[in-house]
Amino acid sequence: MTRVIDVRGLRYRYPDGTQALDGVDFHLDRGECVALFGANGSGKTTFALHLNGLLYGEGSVEVCGMRVDAGSAAKVLADVRAKVGLVFQDSDEQLFLPTVLEDVAFGPANLGLAPAPAAERARDVLRQVGMGGAVDRAPYHLSSGENRRVALAGVLAMQPEVLVLDEPTTSLDPPDQRDLTALLRHLPQAKLLVTHDVEFAGALATRAVFFERGRVAGEGTVEEIVTHFRWSRRAD
Amino acid sequence: MHHVVLERWSRGASVLHTLDARAKLASLLIFLVAVSTTAPASQAAFAAYALLLAAALFASRLPVAGILGRAALVLPFSATFALITWWSGDPMRALSLAEKSFLSGLAVLITMATTPLVQLMGALDSARVPRPLLLVIQFLYRYLFVISEQAQHMRLAARCRQGAGSHGKARFHAAAGAVGVLFARSWERADGIYRAMLARGFTGRFPELLPARFRWRDAVFLCACTTALLAVRLGLAEFHR
Repeated sequence: MTRVIDVRGLRYRYPDGTQALDGVDFHLDRGECVALFGANGSGKTTFALHLNGLLYGEGSVEVCGMRVDAGSAAKVLADVRAKVGLVFQDSDEQLFLPTVLEDVAFGPANLGLAPAPAAERARDVLRQVGMGGAVDRAPYHLSSGENRRVALAGVLAMQPEVLVLDEPTTSLDPPDQRDLTALLRHLPQAKLLVTHDVEFAGALATRAVFFERGRVAGEGTVEEIVTHFRWSRRAD
Repeated sequence: MHHVVLERWSRGASVLHTLDARAKLASLLIFLVAVSTTAPASQAAFAAYALLLAAALFASRLPVAGILGRAALVLPFSATFALITWWSGDPMRALSLAEKSFLSGLAVLITMATTPLVQLMGALDSARVPRPLLLVIQFLYRYLFVISEQAQHMRLAARCRQGAGSHGKARFHAAAGAVGVLFARSWERADGIYRAMLARGFTGRFPELLPARFRWRDAVFLCACTTALLAVRLGLAEFHR
């Protein structure tokens, strides 16, 4: 299978001295869906930010064959950000423009699309995520589930090859979680689900990785990881 | 939420909303120059300026009380200077100070409330205003909303935990702490927003979804405003000395 993300020996230390990543090896193949588990503060989100060129550490990060590091040219960085769609945990941080249409068209317009095709692509993607009727609505008037769909649409509009979703089920009620699962299942992109939600991960991911203190502590199926690390709400 | 009012107003569909931002900005600039150079004694001219703004407000279909109330926010500042001028024995100049600040504030507010920020920035960009300055304005505008939202959430949370006995010094102490927390949280949130923008390919320029087109009606609007303002300024008002 073609490798879309290949990370070797990634280390990252925050300016305050916290060692967030301490030698991570990870790969993601085209069309694959991988769940990333780990306790709060284990480095999951920091790792996700590296895949989009938002943080740079030591080691090597390759996205679709392009190396991402502090020396990457602006053109390479723009290509990487077009290939990897990062959906943030807090949708309010992602949706900042006055209307849903403008927000979803923000990415394609940044890629250089003219206003009319960018708006057209935004409309198409909004229909795809079931938000076709919300083009003129203000993001701050949307429910959590709608917010999440629009945030996903904003990333899909850039036609990425990889989707990285950071805690996508946070603050969603069960029907919204169900809808999101169904929606993601039909998307052809490779996916990395950074999540605490075992049920959600089990429904989508074919492989799971467990982070502990900035390292990959285990890898296997979702069931194997959950059993091995006792990663479940049950007390037994 | 309160902070979205101006944003919502600017998304209206009145005649004024559909005009090109450049025509509105140019008219605003002429208005501000005309008002600021009008002599204090020319009360007829101030009345004429107010009439022009009333016509604009009527055409914009914006809520009159809401707009007038917000424009009046400048009055406490200008009233301070007006009072000092009054005490120094020049009541006419004092009155004109208050009039000029209110009319100018009202004109700016009507322009802002009928033009989405993206279009305003596009107009300033085409007027060759330096791009770094435009970016600062846009980020400031966005982040002010962020701070305002954070402050509203914190105020609500504080009120939920406010006992009957909390007052005076305790309340001041809590408020001082809240300002520090507000700054830290807003900083974090603003950082998150910027990061999310970068992730979607932001390169330092806000894309405009509806590119501006200067049409005949925009030219007619600009000519009509210029003519009316020149007529008031030269016909009714003496030059400010």
